[in-house]
Amino acid sequence: MSEASTALREPWPDLARQREGVTFGIWIFLATEVLFFGGLFLGYSVYRTLYTEAFREAAKETEIFFGSINTVVLLTSSMTMTVAVRAADHGYRRLTLICLWVTLLLGLGFLTGKGFEYNDDLTKGLFPGPGFPLPQPQEQIFWAFYWVMTGVHAIHLSVGIGVVAVVAVQLQRTVIKLESGTLTAVGLYWHFVDLIWITLVPLIYLVDRP
Amino acid sequence: MTAITVVDLPPPKPASYLDEGHTVWSWLTTTDHKRIGILFALSITVFFFIAGVAIGLVRLELLSPQGLFLTDDEYNRLFTIHGITMVWFFLVPSIPTTLGNFLLPLMIGARDLAFPRLNLMSWYLFTIGGIFTIYTLWAGGVDTGWTFYTPFSTLYSNGHVIAAAFGVFVTGFSSIATGLNFIVTTHMLRAPGMTWFRLPLMVWAIYAVSLVMVLATPVLAMSLLLVMAERLLGVPIFNPNNGGDPLLFQHLFWFYSHPAVYIMILPAMGVVSEVITCFARRRVFGYAGMVFALLAIAVIGFMVWGHHMFVSGQSPYASLVFSFLSFIVAVPSAIKTFNWTATLYRGHISFESPMLYALGFIGLFTVGGLTGLFLASVPIDIQAHDTYFVIAHFHFIMVGGSVTAYFAGLHYWWPKITGRMYLETWARVAAIFTFFGFMMTFMPQYIMGWLGMPRRYHHYADVFQIWHVMSTGGAGILAIAYVLPLIYLPLSLIRGARAPANPWQATGLEWQTPSPPPKENFEHTPIVTTGPYEYHPAAEPGLAEMQRPHRTQTEDA
Amino acid sequence: MNISAFTTEASSHAATIDRIFYGLSTISIVIVLLVFGLVLGFSFRYYRGSKAKRGRLPHILQNEFEIGWTAATFFLFMFIFWWAASTQLSALTPPDHGLQIHVVAKQWMWKVQQPSGIREINEIHAPTGKPVVLVMTSEDVIHSMFLPALRIKKDVLPGRYTYLWFTADNPGTYMLECTQFCGTSHSRMTGRIVIMKPADYAQWVTAQPQTRGLAQEGEALFRSFGCSGCHARESSVHAPDLHGVFNHMVHLSDGRTIVADEAYIRDSILQPRKDIVAGFQPIMPSFKGIVSEEQLVRLIAYIKSLSVEKEVQQ
Ligand code: HEA
Ligand code: HEA
Ligand code: HEC
Ligand code: CUA
Ligand SMILES: [Cu+2]
Repeated sequence: MSEASTALREPWPDLARQREGVTFGIWIFLATEVLFFGGLFLGYSVYRTLYTEAFREAAKETEIFFGSINTVVLLTSSMTMTVAVRAADHGYRRLTLICLWVTLLLGLGFLTGKGFEYNDDLTKGLFPGPGFPLPQPQEQIFWAFYWVMTGVHAIHLSVGIGVVAVVAVQLQRTVIKLESGTLTAVGLYWHFVDLIWITLVPLIYLVDRP
Repeated sequence: MTAITVVDLPPPKPASYLDEGHTVWSWLTTTDHKRIGILFALSITVFFFIAGVAIGLVRLELLSPQGLFLTDDEYNRLFTIHGITMVWFFLVPSIPTTLGNFLLPLMIGARDLAFPRLNLMSWYLFTIGGIFTIYTLWAGGVDTGWTFYTPFSTLYSNGHVIAAAFGVFVTGFSSIATGLNFIVTTHMLRAPGMTWFRLPLMVWAIYAVSLVMVLATPVLAMSLLLVMAERLLGVPIFNPNNGGDPLLFQHLFWFYSHPAVYIMILPAMGVVSEVITCFARRRVFGYAGMVFALLAIAVIGFMVWGHHMFVSGQSPYASLVFSFLSFIVAVPSAIKTFNWTATLYRGHISFESPMLYALGFIGLFTVGGLTGLFLASVPIDIQAHDTYFVIAHFHFIMVGGSVTAYFAGLHYWWPKITGRMYLETWARVAAIFTFFGFMMTFMPQYIMGWLGMPRRYHHYADVFQIWHVMSTGGAGILAIAYVLPLIYLPLSLIRGARAPANPWQATGLEWQTPSPPPKENFEHTPIVTTGPYEYHPAAEPGLAEMQRPHRTQTEDA
Repeated sequence: MNISAFTTEASSHAATIDRIFYGLSTISIVIVLLVFGLVLGFSFRYYRGSKAKRGRLPHILQNEFEIGWTAATFFLFMFIFWWAASTQLSALTPPDHGLQIHVVAKQWMWKVQQPSGIREINEIHAPTGKPVVLVMTSEDVIHSMFLPALRIKKDVLPGRYTYLWFTADNPGTYMLECTQFCGTSHSRMTGRIVIMKPADYAQWVTAQPQTRGLAQEGEALFRSFGCSGCHARESSVHAPDLHGVFNHMVHLSDGRTIVADEAYIRDSILQPRKDIVAGFQPIMPSFKGIVSEEQLVRLIAYIKSLSVEKEVQQ
């Protein structure tokens, strides 16, 4: 069996169109993701305009230390992901695999950092509810969004890590081929998750920090 | 070791996609769009009847102003489950996932949808979400209405809001997957010669609706996620005690749910366009206009959500803008209505059951749409909002319009899907019962609604009883009209005559392959050389000749 | 209740609405007849096998026709929009000098307070011939105040005020309904609105057991909650004098200016740190959870009365 025939699936006439189709599909999927997070950011913006003062106060409690480290980690992972995709395009198997595994480790690193940050937040009692330490009730709204936004992002990242792991293993076992286009799609998704984080950073950590 | 070569005759090629395996397992693991379409059809039929029985109980209860056999809480749970199930588990998926799934590849000359496994996943998500939601019925129900308004849903409701919202949330992903699949298919897999302006209107409608699904559903998913987060984790997002904005949720919800009402009507418009041209034996009047109208509805539909909130306390200036845009979005609907009517002009009209359903659609959609204009006028809506006037408006469009169109399509393509003919007489009876049963159910609701009968009311003032009794009577007739096809359609599978490839002498690629089609849809990839509706070529000079170089003009004039 | 409790046109506004409704109905019936007529007419003339002449479509029936009816519907729609919207434009903001009746909704009842301090449950008394403004808020979920005989309706929201206003001309007892789904007994959250001639209304007010006016009750609360400790003119704490605040511009410390309406006063009491008055320290404690909705109504009435007092003094 030739390489091309295994990568090709029903109902596509040829590999080039199939790759085009998969890429098109993933772009549409990313458009839905933009709208998904759009709803969230919209809610956040409404409240931030309504309660500028409270949001400023509440954001002072966030851990910019973890925020910065995690940003660097995630940006690096995007870089290694780009290298992986390019390497696959040129047929460098080993480099592709190494970069995928590094990307995966960086993703896990991000989640670990986030875990420490959550832990700190929780010890400070910053989960909205009775006995919340900050005085104004609107500050709880900020923290509600903090948990939901970072939580949803973390779920997306975990999915990404899972997918990268599966793809890496399948590549290793040559279940899928370098040129099948899967990697391009995974790469786009990974960059998207990164992009969401870049959007979140100013909303969470930089509200009143010049 | 010697290899024993057994020379088998190649197994006989299965006659159609239906013969590709008869086990339940072969159905549950299929990636054939035609089989998945049928799986969807089975699921939504079950959900439709569950929701129908729920509202049947409501209608019986409303025979008396003080109620007959339900408590307040039971009443609220019944109409909620009716609304949620009908909208998300029946009408939104109805035409796209059944007829659309089955026909889209056939109509554009493709072998399957772009992502067959995603298609199957979509069905699983849908059915799991549906079962989960129905399960909440047994587990105690939900009482928020299909609209989930906060802070009632997040802080005060005593129903299983999280479970129901989660079911709808999961189903949202099914919608997105289906929409995505259809868009990529329409873009990438058209047969040679199938240019955009040779696509049948049904394909255009499915394409337009897919765009709306893909762009609107994520916002609903997010709003429901926020509701679930607030209810599950207790984080204040909509809680007024923390300064939560009570209108924020409504904006998010209607930003999805107004486009969602067009998700429910656009495919119906596609079906009706196919059926009317076929049985009038006329090219559809104003093809290009019809296409732009579909797209215009899909796009402008995103900008009118605020017309559900005229009395909510939103800015009155915003209300005026939303009112204006609601009138604008009605213009393309008007174009379509007139074009269908004009298609009949100088036709050779015959009145098989699909056509009866389609004509019923035109009538009921017009009435429902016109009352939409009443509601789009701010001062009128202030009186009519949250009364039975609104209930009647949307049932006219969704039941009188979309459900009727779904039945038109089901009857029209039934021979293609199953290879069998149903009993035409019974089908005509059902179509006529639908129209009159429908009128009797929902006309009285306009009247009592305008007089001041609020919706979601278990107890009501005595003066409205007469209207409620009429309405319940009509619902009985309507129930018969919906149960009839449930009998004669399955019966046709056993007793029905074999259907020829093209029983209605229709144009369109789907009719050029056997009924039921083989697994790979077409023997050879078709090559398209003409526009979609070559019914009566001699009568249309100009355009028709340009699109039809390979035919001679010998047909009747 | 009699059907007239719903349908009577209890105000001239109601009559206007009905006129628009009948106008729209007429237009719609004409259109429905047109569409049904065409469908049926074509069906009879062009059924398969009929002898009617077919042939090609007349040339006029191509583009011109389509553009024609698109334009026609468009202009008709614009006309309807303008017609309906113009009645709305004249009534965008509540009248200034109306009789203010406070309404607090809760699951599943309406608590009403007349300016004279009289309390009612599920019942509103109001005079004819004078603008009446309902100032409404909710203690729990969203409700909606629907007065069918006046053809008006407005949602009642927790955490903010919404207004509904009318000038009734027709005395009588009419229906009041909650039209926003609010839980189990939503359909029992109904009541009546009693419209009376001004003289009868005055008589009704005096016939009620004597109560102190809203503002007076508010004054007592103002003292018992300790507001006067800071806000009284002679207080040593540096806090703004509340005389003449209501309905006037307030300069805030972040440079904005806003008009002190009910919502502003409400926020000042419940969330004092949201808007800080220029020149003052944010030392005022929040009274959230301490002051109930009904007490809030009285405090606001008192603060309003301070402005009237000031105008009278000048
Ligand atoms: C398939 C679903 C569907 C469709 C297509 C529509 C179509 C329209 N809807 Fe409807 N609507 C709903 C489903 C739908 N609606 C639902 C479910 C609700 C209630 C939700 C809830 O609260 O639970 C609702 C509620 C609703 C409201 C809010 C009412 C309220 O709660 O107070 C409004 C207000 O503007 C409105 C307006 C319109 C308009 C202007 C159209 C237009 O698009 C209609 C256009 C069509 C025509 C106009 C008819 C054909 C035209 C002609 C024959 C041309 C000739 C006409 C003239 C020249 C006048 N709808
Ligand atoms: C989307 C599609 C859809 C469909 C198809 C229907 C179909 C029907 N609807 Fe539904 N309806 C909604 C969407 C829909 N509805 C929505 C969104 C709401 C708002 C909910 C809310 O407020 O949150 C609503 C609310 C609603 C109400 C208002 C309840 C209230 O506010 O208190 C009423 C009242 O008459 C009603 C009636 C009907 C009837 C009689 C049918 C009929 O067409 C149904 C006919 C079908 C059957 C009856 C089933 C088949 C028959 C049998 C299985 C035989 C046995 C049955 C009997 C003997 C009764 N509907
Ligand atoms: C500890 C002192 C203190 C108490 C007690 C207090 N206030 Fe205040 N109040 C202030 C100060 C200081 C300001 C100005 C700064 C600000 O806007 O927060 C203010 C502002 C206000 C304003 C806005 C005034 C304007 O000019 O815009 C209102 C209204 C008000 N208070 C009402 C009340 C009421 C009603 C109570 C009692 C329930 C109360 N206050 C109790 C100190 C107090
Ligand atoms: Cu209060 Cu419905
Ligand atoms: Cu709408």
